[in-house]
Amino acid sequence: MEFDFAAEQPKFLMLMYGLIAFVAVVGGLLLLLDVVPAWFARRREAQLVAASASGAPLPRRRKPREGMFALFFLLPTLLLLTIGLVAPAIRTTMLSFMDANSNDWIGLRNYGWMFSEDSIVRVLINTLVWVLLVPLVATSFGLLYAVMVDKARFESVAKSLIFLPMAISFVGASIIWKFVYAYRGDGQEQIGLLNQIVVSLGGEPKQWLLDSPLNTLLLIVIMVWIQAGFAMVVLSAAIKAIPADIVEAARLDGVTPWQMFWQITMPSIRPALIVVVVTLSIATLKVFDIVRTTTNGNYETSVIANEMYNQAFRYGQNGQGSALAVFLFILVIPIVIYQIRNIRQQREG
Amino acid sequence: MAFARSRQAFAIAGVLGLALSATACGTGDDKKSDTAAGSAECAAYEKYGDNDGKKVTIYSSIRDIEADRLAESWKQFEDCTGIEIDHEGSGEFEAQLNVRVDGGNAPDLAFIPQPGLLKRFVDSGKLKPVGADTKKMAEENYPADWLKYSTVNGQFYGAPLGSNVKSFVWYSPKTFKEKGWTVPTSWDELIKLSDQIAATGTKPWCAGIESGEATGWPATDWIEDLMLRTQTPEVYDQWTTHGIPFNDPKVAEALDKAGTILKNEKYVNGGFGGVKSIATTSFQEAGVPITTGKCALHRQASFYANQWPKGTKVAEDGDVFAFYFPAIDASKGKPVLGGGEFVAAFADRPEVQAVQTYLASGEYTNSRAKIGDWVSANNKLDLANVANPIDKLSVQILQDKSTVFRFDGSDLMPAAVGSGTFWKGMVQWINGKDTKTVLDGIEGSWK
Repeated sequence: MEFDFAAEQPKFLMLMYGLIAFVAVVGGLLLLLDVVPAWFARRREAQLVAASASGAPLPRRRKPREGMFALFFLLPTLLLLTIGLVAPAIRTTMLSFMDANSNDWIGLRNYGWMFSEDSIVRVLINTLVWVLLVPLVATSFGLLYAVMVDKARFESVAKSLIFLPMAISFVGASIIWKFVYAYRGDGQEQIGLLNQIVVSLGGEPKQWLLDSPLNTLLLIVIMVWIQAGFAMVVLSAAIKAIPADIVEAARLDGVTPWQMFWQITMPSIRPALIVVVVTLSIATLKVFDIVRTTTNGNYETSVIANEMYNQAFRYGQNGQGSALAVFLFILVIPIVIYQIRNIRQQREG
Repeated sequence: MAFARSRQAFAIAGVLGLALSATACGTGDDKKSDTAAGSAECAAYEKYGDNDGKKVTIYSSIRDIEADRLAESWKQFEDCTGIEIDHEGSGEFEAQLNVRVDGGNAPDLAFIPQPGLLKRFVDSGKLKPVGADTKKMAEENYPADWLKYSTVNGQFYGAPLGSNVKSFVWYSPKTFKEKGWTVPTSWDELIKLSDQIAATGTKPWCAGIESGEATGWPATDWIEDLMLRTQTPEVYDQWTTHGIPFNDPKVAEALDKAGTILKNEKYVNGGFGGVKSIATTSFQEAGVPITTGKCALHRQASFYANQWPKGTKVAEDGDVFAFYFPAIDASKGKPVLGGGEFVAAFADRPEVQAVQTYLASGEYTNSRAKIGDWVSANNKLDLANVANPIDKLSVQILQDKSTVFRFDGSDLMPAAVGSGTFWKGMVQWINGKDTKTVLDGIEGSWK
């Protein structure tokens, strides 16, 4: 297709407007950030100069003005949080108690539907399997790998290999793995890696993504493949941060590698470990792309986020979709609370 | 310090100035060119009134080359009336339209392929009934049964636009000639031919229902075609409107009849494997084994013509072509399953109604047909303007008086069923679940 510059002109104009607006807003903010504190600083300076000249006692710093100043900086964040997070959360909760067209209040019926409909119960079970397996497997794998390659000869190369999948989007990774699991009939040329391996070992090709619950496990492999790199990098950094004297003291006491791992390494990296598990748990609860790209929730592989999207946006069931969203929200809350308490304890400890 | 500060101020002022000047050169000029407006070509467009400089936005699922063809098809209308048509196609049309309408950002017009979705927007009070001119134009140009799909509670909400015929079986005329097979004209002949091909060791049928987020739909077309063939059109209408339950024995009969082909290991899935491979074979590649002789028959709509590998000649004497999916009982007429989109309006400004009327006109459908790849139930469509052989056959079938046309049932049902549990149910059915369990499940989801 030919590219007609004149015909595409409106788009370029829009692009230019966008760029200009961006520069104006960001530039304005930066200017403000520069000017306002400088103005306060100069005022303070002037006060000090005036005070020292007159010999009077220094005027006390006035707290309320600083409070205003803090509010000024918090305001954009508060505003955006309200518009983008608080308001939708409240509205979604309200919608979850209403019918498909959001006209009438129907009480808890959407929640009742969620726990009584076989296909949705299946979705909830799948999500549970995901949340239990992904953080566990990805973290274990990342930790094992980090410990093994620590101070090895090709450490950086080995680490990059595991970290690379992180750079691929979930959808891209899912498409790659869809090819890995691809199926062609017996006797034909296999295009899927897994089936090719099976065939060359003398087996019969299998339709991997069709049989539940194996298919859910195969999808979990994709998530682990992506996230193990994240776990590995964070944990590896934590391992490197263990003070050398502790390690040395342990060595002098003659610990075995096994004791070293459980007595020294694990307690030292516990905070990092928790961060990794919590982050992975939340990411797994929200998993959507992988399921949608590989099976679209067919063959009993659906998870909450995927079903929520289908209900709300494709089937026009606003109430049921919102109920699923609220349920997902409730599931995430304890993990977040745990994380916050943990951070507080660390700060105090 | 002072110097740095003033330089900053210059930079900011410069940015603001640029923004202002950019706004200045962005003002639109008159669309209607005087030369075009006065010419004889434009005389036909005078009835659409004076809407010079107005803009109409259209949202649809049509993208890429098809979207370019659309833009070309109404170019003359734009030049003569001065109305600017701004079309936007999206791969996520069904989901995004909802979001846009709810968000107060509705397009003026939308090409909605599912009457079920159209009804949903009517129910939520978002759609505007069409103007009197559009209604008159649509009544003149389209068969009555087409108009009924976009009529809700006695109000008419949009004329049909493009159409497609789904009751086709694709085959290779070349292979048929080589092997001495003949195109079947009855159901019995079709089964006899399938057995004949199966006896040679080739699986006669190939099918695939994987289609990303819409996985399952090709199987629903099979069921709909067989509902029309095992039952009367009246029963079909009851089925799509939930007049009979989804797990009615009549529906089970149609499903089982489809199963005699789709779930028959001797018949499927040529080129891909066994019955279950239908579930994971994408609809785009499902018919391709016909070109290599690994499969002989593939039931799919007219639009499958675009899916063949490059260089495949689609014609009665070419590499591939399609024949009409035969009726079981010829005395009941010629049941045809099809689909199409409807031009629904979220605004009722005069220029929007003018575009709506134009799109329903004979001038438009012929203008679009001349550009290529176009089928419409519009009876003003001149067969001479339809170049593509499969399109020609489709138009002939649509204009045939003995045709008993019915719209794709899954598009008529509420989305939660028609593009939800029905699709998913078909996937489970192919994947081994029995007819009764699948139908009971779908019935349970229809509230």
